[in-house]
Amino acid sequence: MDMSYMVDVFLELLSGVPLTIQLVATSTAAGMILGLLLAFMRMSSSAAVRLFAQTYIFVFRGTPLLVQIFLIYYGLGQFHHTLQDIGLWWFFREPYWCAILALTLNTTAYTGEIFRGGLQSVPFPMIEAGRAFGMSRFVLFRRIVFPIALRQALPAYSNEIILMIKATSLASIVTMMEITGLAYKLISETFRAVEVFVCAAAIYLVLTFVITRVVQGLEWWLSPHLRRDPKWMMRRDGDRHYAKSQAASSGGL
Amino acid sequence: MKFSSMLKVVVASTMLIAGAAQAENKWETIRIGTEGAYKPWNFTDASGTVIGFEIDLANSLCARMNAKCEIVAQDWDGIIPALNGGKYDAIMAGMNITDNRLKAIDFSRPYAISTASFGVPKDSPLAALAGTGKNLNLESDAEEVKKVIEEWKPLLEGKTIGFQGGTIIDEFFEAYLKDVFVLRGYKTTEQHDLDLAAGRIDAIFAAQAALTSTFKRPEFSDFVIAGAGIYGDIMGRGIAVGLRKTDPDLKAKFDEAIQSAVEDGTIEQLSQKWFGLSMTPKQ
Repeated sequence: MDMSYMVDVFLELLSGVPLTIQLVATSTAAGMILGLLLAFMRMSSSAAVRLFAQTYIFVFRGTPLLVQIFLIYYGLGQFHHTLQDIGLWWFFREPYWCAILALTLNTTAYTGEIFRGGLQSVPFPMIEAGRAFGMSRFVLFRRIVFPIALRQALPAYSNEIILMIKATSLASIVTMMEITGLAYKLISETFRAVEVFVCAAAIYLVLTFVITRVVQGLEWWLSPHLRRDPKWMMRRDGDRHYAKSQAASSGGL
Repeated sequence: MKFSSMLKVVVASTMLIAGAAQAENKWETIRIGTEGAYKPWNFTDASGTVIGFEIDLANSLCARMNAKCEIVAQDWDGIIPALNGGKYDAIMAGMNITDNRLKAIDFSRPYAISTASFGVPKDSPLAALAGTGKNLNLESDAEEVKKVIEEWKPLLEGKTIGFQGGTIIDEFFEAYLKDVFVLRGYKTTEQHDLDLAAGRIDAIFAAQAALTSTFKRPEFSDFVIAGAGIYGDIMGRGIAVGLRKTDPDLKAKFDEAIQSAVEDGTIEQLSQKWFGLSMTPKQ
């Protein structure tokens, strides 16, 4: 492999990183809010609302993202007259918004299920304890249910974010020149698929590495009760060490 | 017989059989890679079979080479790496001979020529692009090409133009129309056709043969070919069979077969059948 060529490729591919990050950030942020909403709908007491949420999850988890992007972009493009009439064409005209819409709808379905799992894993005695303190439903949610649910959901949710980073590579089929789109372009210029894809893979690896660190930090922050290093318990002066570590970490929360 | 001599016999006979099989199999079956999404060169019909000008031609060429053809569909993006990787032995995918490609692979003699133009809505100002109906060679008509392109520039300014990414069109835009309009690279020509019909882009730039075939369909009745047909130099020295550099014997076979298909009028006949126009290269 030719190193100077690899460096050129790497630099060229880096110009696609902002678009990849935009696609991931916008769609996961929207997907997080919609996913939380969907999780509540999925647990609603109304059968109709539950059915809607279940159907949504079934459809968007059950079909490939590639097909969803195609249908939203090329499929809806065939109804451009109707979309013009109802004033939505400015949105669907742009590949950027179509890609974000497809990614958002897709991640919402997965996120909804992840959050539902998190919310349902909150031990009921904790909720009871909160009620015994006279917390209102909102305060109970903010102080007890949400932090615990988020903590439980984080490992699965970090998976979803990582999958989203990789899913953005599909945006290249709707002419978005993100990392993979640029990689395809470079390959067709030089036909050196191995070098180009190795560089692209390295960039994705760095992006996912950063994300996993961030989520790990968030998990650490939300789980003070798990921070005690089990090795300390084996030490004779373990109690002292534990007290010290607790004192140090209580400042953080 | 001692074990070691027995081993020698086994090894020697295995090599002999393998060698014989290889010599016998050499180009008895030729696997041909094509895109399957480039109408009418090669495309996939409703039943999922790949058909088109190149499939008919491949069968005729293989018959001339006393070989069996096997068509392999492959996305355009990976079509050259897959040839060099051994997924198939030859490419017939409307691929032009270019210097850039010659660095990676070898080509047979051309079996067709192809010119490229803009495809635009009938009522668009772009329909007035200069040179419509004329074919210009980037090399031999260099002066006229320059003049025509200067006339194009004000009309194309700021427009969004769709094309198939990773093709010679990339190189052409880079060299002659850099930063004049917004580029949108598609994976297949079918995709930019759809977006042209949807009004997401102002024009497409594609091979005239592909444009002619697309605009014959009823949903494209409001679109026309505009501007001069461009060919030659970086826009391709002709459509040819792409081959690995390590297979000069296969190249010789293809050259001979194409020559005979040009001479006996097979290529002209297939060209009329699939394109409705003559794409036969000069002898």
